[in-house]
Amino acid sequence: MTLTLILEQTFNGLQAGVTLFLVAAGLTLILGIMDFVFLAHGAQVMIGAYAAAAITQATGNFFVGLGLAIPLTFASGYLLELLIIRHLYRRDHMEQVLATFGLILFFNEAIRIGFGPAAIYSDLPPSLSGFVEILPDTPYPAFRLGVIGVGLIIALGIHLFVSKTRVGAMVRAGANNPEMTAALGVNIKILFRLIFATGACLAGVAGMMLGPLTAVQSGMGEPLLILSLVVIIIGGIGSVRGAFVAAIIIGLVDTLGRVFLPSILRLFVEQAAADGAGPALASMLIYILMAVVLIFRPTGLFPAKG
Amino acid sequence: MKKLMTICAFTAAMAAVPAMAESVKIGYMTTLSGGAGIIGKQMQNAVNLAMQHKGGKLGGMDAEIIYADDQRKPDIAKQLANRLLKSDRVDIVAGVIWSNLLMAIHKPVTRAGNLLISSNAGPSPIAGDQCHENFFSMSWQNDQTPEAMGKHMQDAGIKSVYLMAPNYQAGKDLLSGFKRYYKGNVVGEVYTKLGQSDFQAELSALRAAKPETTMIFQPGGMGINFVKQWKQAGMDGVSKLYQVFTVDGVSLPALKDSALGILGTQTWSPDLDNPINKKFVSDYKAQFGGYPSFYAAQAYDTILAIDYAIAKSGSKDTAKMRAALASGDIPTTRGNLKMNTNHFPIQNIYLRETVKDADGVVTTKVIGTVFNNHADSYAVNCKF
Repeated sequence: MTLTLILEQTFNGLQAGVTLFLVAAGLTLILGIMDFVFLAHGAQVMIGAYAAAAITQATGNFFVGLGLAIPLTFASGYLLELLIIRHLYRRDHMEQVLATFGLILFFNEAIRIGFGPAAIYSDLPPSLSGFVEILPDTPYPAFRLGVIGVGLIIALGIHLFVSKTRVGAMVRAGANNPEMTAALGVNIKILFRLIFATGACLAGVAGMMLGPLTAVQSGMGEPLLILSLVVIIIGGIGSVRGAFVAAIIIGLVDTLGRVFLPSILRLFVEQAAADGAGPALASMLIYILMAVVLIFRPTGLFPAKG
Repeated sequence: MKKLMTICAFTAAMAAVPAMAESVKIGYMTTLSGGAGIIGKQMQNAVNLAMQHKGGKLGGMDAEIIYADDQRKPDIAKQLANRLLKSDRVDIVAGVIWSNLLMAIHKPVTRAGNLLISSNAGPSPIAGDQCHENFFSMSWQNDQTPEAMGKHMQDAGIKSVYLMAPNYQAGKDLLSGFKRYYKGNVVGEVYTKLGQSDFQAELSALRAAKPETTMIFQPGGMGINFVKQWKQAGMDGVSKLYQVFTVDGVSLPALKDSALGILGTQTWSPDLDNPINKKFVSDYKAQFGGYPSFYAAQAYDTILAIDYAIAKSGSKDTAKMRAALASGDIPTTRGNLKMNTNHFPIQNIYLRETVKDADGVVTTKVIGTVFNNHADSYAVNCKF
């Protein structure tokens, strides 16, 4: 357990964290501001990954794939809100859960019909498949560093947008009190639609960055959805800042816990027991963390609604 | 006059009904929906291809296949098995990818007096003390493939290995099968989360441990993730990668060149040189595009076994088909299969390497035979 290994694992945790943030940022706004339970957010991740992989394959250029996939995911979110989601705002939460769960099934099946049930091929662009020495003798994949960079830039961008711009002020006002915001003359319908499409686009970007790293297949976004719900609960529903802090915490706790917990346990109990309990305990860590946060801060670390 | 007409019509109708030939019904259970749906789809393709090759008849009897989608859920599998037995009244239940699902339907099917033929799963209890005479495997016992990997690495004089498998029963079984034959130094034994998508943290830890070799079992999407990230992290310079059930016809189309050169063991390979396998692989590629996986080959073999059992015994009676199958010599894509006393095959296990074929498509090639006529280690505990 050397210092370089801990540093490397911290980078791994950061990378997992910023990816998670991209998914959770949109979802926390949809849940917090629009008061809408949206379970099909993982499908946006999948749509982003498929769009980027398919366009990359057709054009042979990863950056063209990325450039075209971003507006595509924005458009898909915009259309989804226009055609289906806006009709569900007035329904109660249980019906929203059912309807958006149905959307998960719909999107997964649509992808299977369009692209087949097998995972499709996607790989790193050659220009980003190299390594960067983060410390002497500690190579780190350039693409993953890129993911961390892109994630942090987007996080900063969202922060500036929400805290410094007029539209950002409307978003914050909407999170705090949607009725009053609407009464003050803000077109809340358009605001909702744009928030929804932006959230879809951010999740899509997460998918585009995950595509070269993992299997691009139907249903690939669902595990991320569950993790991002944990992020939102810890961060506070509706708070982008909370989502960022919580996503980084979850990324680090999950990664470092997975790697170091079994060896830490080995100091206290015998090897066989540690090897058995280690992975099980590590996979529970983030949920234990969530429970602890809920006990002491029931509204999350950075509650949006005062 | 009217009466005569009726009699004539009646007689004509009687004559039109052919002599009722015996027919056989097979319930084929696999996973057709969800993330593992691609495996089931390949198996279904192979079963359909086998039926086509046999002209819709098995052992001379008209045959009907009823597919059942188990959704990878044991409770659904159990319900489906009941439906196949009681309402569809099938003669044979076959298929089943997952060991936990096979455990769920094993007793209901075998105790109902029907044959149960596995196309993939081979959990140890069914090979050992919980075995039943009505069960046959057309695949392998779970431990056999990793045992061969262990033996190959032992024989190759490899000093140290780092093991990685998902944290569930099959993961632990496979690694213990490996260790039964590998006696070198196991530097690390890491159990990852079932369904894990990012292995970067595990790879960083592996890089720090610097093992001579790494042996993994990461089936399905997990394997695609692992091998991709292994290449991307430049791990080839750190350790040599070996695998079981990770690089196969299901994952190769998504992995392509990143899987080249990786070694693994398997009881079957698309390039096995026998007439049945050659016909199967070339017709499969022509009809469905792309290489079949071992799952498909075993599904094809399952139908060939049923054909053989009915033809040899001249009947679809469970006891007679059972005797025919137990005597072995079943023609399959792996040559003529012998059967052990617990009704699991005794077969060769090959070392396969990932290569490009003449058309530049990535596939696997046999580069050696690790075990000749390998029998599983649980048969001694099996008493019918």
